[in-house]
Amino acid sequence: MASITKNEHKSYGMGLHDEVLTGRTQQTFFNPEEGENFFYNDAFDVDFNKRTSINVENLKCLELNKKIKELMKKGYGTIVLKNPGAKHSLGVGILQKLNLIIEGSLGYFGVGSIDGPVVRISGRVGWSCAENMMSGKVVIEKNAGSCFGAAIRGGDLICKGSVGARSGIDMKGGTIIVGGDAGAFTGFMMQRGRIIICGDVGPNLGDSLYDGTIFVGGSIKSLGADAVEAEMTDLDISWLKRKLKVAEIDKKIDFKKMTKIVSGKKLWNYDNLEPSERKGAI
Amino acid sequence: MCGIAGLIHRGKSTNVGGEMQKMLQSLKHRGPDSTGYALYGSGKSKDYILRFKVGENVKEGSSAIMEDASLYDARRDEVNNQINEVGGKIIKEEQITPYSFRYVIKCDDDLLELAKKIESVEMTEILSLGQSLELIKDIGDAQVVADQYNLNKFNGTHGIGHTRMATESGVDIRSAHPYWAYPFSDVSVVHNGQLTNYWNNRRALERKGMRFMSSCDSELIAVYLANKIRDGYDLEDSMRSSLSDLDGVFTYMVATKDKLGMAKDTMAAKPMVLYESDDLVALASEEVAIRSLLPHEIDTYDPYEGEVKVWQA
Repeated sequence: MASITKNEHKSYGMGLHDEVLTGRTQQTFFNPEEGENFFYNDAFDVDFNKRTSINVENLKCLELNKKIKELMKKGYGTIVLKNPGAKHSLGVGILQKLNLIIEGSLGYFGVGSIDGPVVRISGRVGWSCAENMMSGKVVIEKNAGSCFGAAIRGGDLICKGSVGARSGIDMKGGTIIVGGDAGAFTGFMMQRGRIIICGDVGPNLGDSLYDGTIFVGGSIKSLGADAVEAEMTDLDISWLKRKLKVAEIDKKIDFKKMTKIVSGKKLWNYDNLEPSERKGAI
Repeated sequence: MCGIAGLIHRGKSTNVGGEMQKMLQSLKHRGPDSTGYALYGSGKSKDYILRFKVGENVKEGSSAIMEDASLYDARRDEVNNQINEVGGKIIKEEQITPYSFRYVIKCDDDLLELAKKIESVEMTEILSLGQSLELIKDIGDAQVVADQYNLNKFNGTHGIGHTRMATESGVDIRSAHPYWAYPFSDVSVVHNGQLTNYWNNRRALERKGMRFMSSCDSELIAVYLANKIRDGYDLEDSMRSSLSDLDGVFTYMVATKDKLGMAKDTMAAKPMVLYESDDLVALASEEVAIRSLLPHEIDTYDPYEGEVKVWQA
């Protein structure tokens, strides 16, 4: 596993890497200093104390998303969206730091492909919320639809209510936290990262899981192919306590009784394939 | 990708035609080819409302074959003869479009015999036959179809509807949803998804004497439920057994004279958002459809995999 050992990086001490990675995985560690100084070419310098609001009622998604960009260009660091009306694709493609407050519910693909903003949504979200999120934090006060956090690569995605089927499908990093229940195929084809479900989970949990960890507080209807139960460690428990506290999920959970699910690694493991073989397999 | 929507008022009648039109129009992006409505009126009369067509809409975008419009009148006359032949009496006769008709008829309860007679007329298909159900479907979006059939003033307790993106069969009325569960009065179905064991089920049902009018896989659900009802199952049990008997990914809604139900397959692969209050239940493929009726913030949720729900009007 590359040349990094447990002693060389602080993230191990923080409990972020207890998954056993095999094969030739090249794991690149995020350097907070680099992160602080990294900007996309069209990112703007914003002041979080500079606040404004947009009434979305008569705007189409493209108009709204352009308007957010214009406001960021003017230095607004806190933007409030009013009357989103469950429209689709609102707040997508924000690639910088921003406080985005959404007073209401989003439709499909809300706040997708974001990298950096902190988003608070007072209502519900539809399918594929925060799809492809790279970093940042999204907090949803009510329920979420299916494919919640599909293919996210980083950041914290928090739903205080319940989520639909296939949450965390194909996720490659980051953390998904659900205060309520989750549907079928949660963590389907997950490759990295962590999912915490405080309530019950539907059938086929972690089906075809490559890597990553799923923690469940309630009952599990059934495990998917190659998902296996692992032992909870003290490090897991301390990490879970910290994460749920930060996520403001105020639910009484007996952390020791939570179930930890990891990959059995009996299907096929891309890490053991040569690049040419991998290409052929895909 | 298709859009489905439904609503049921508990204990009251409203302008359900106008409400369904708003919901379906907001789902136009999910299916621009055709739109269908199954609307349920008061159902207090003992007379039957018959909606049927004797031809297809051949406007631009349709995959139907052009016919001489004079054929429609001859077919209508033949339908009238057939109704009289089985002892039915036509009380009211309306021609909505050159090819589409709405009749109020008196007849005994042998609907199968009546339906067989009517459909023996060339190119004639019964869209619905019931005491409260009126099933309307045509090419175009929800607004176009509602205007064409004057649905915006339809009063009733509940309804289901569908916006169709044609994927596995033609752009024509016979492939549009909803489907009537022939020959059971007042039962209709809309569906979003694909059924992968369509032919196995169709052949089995045809051997039992059930009739199919299209090659659209969604029709199978209506015929399947009709067969179950014929075998003595109630609506909810029929829907539950469909989850294991029908293979594929699907979410469907079914409505009867006083009930509205939904079922979601065990993979939960097709969307459904649900809003439920003391006096209204509204459900749709997307929340925007529900918001077209209730623009304020509401609590909604996605039903889970394998769920079947039925509500009473």
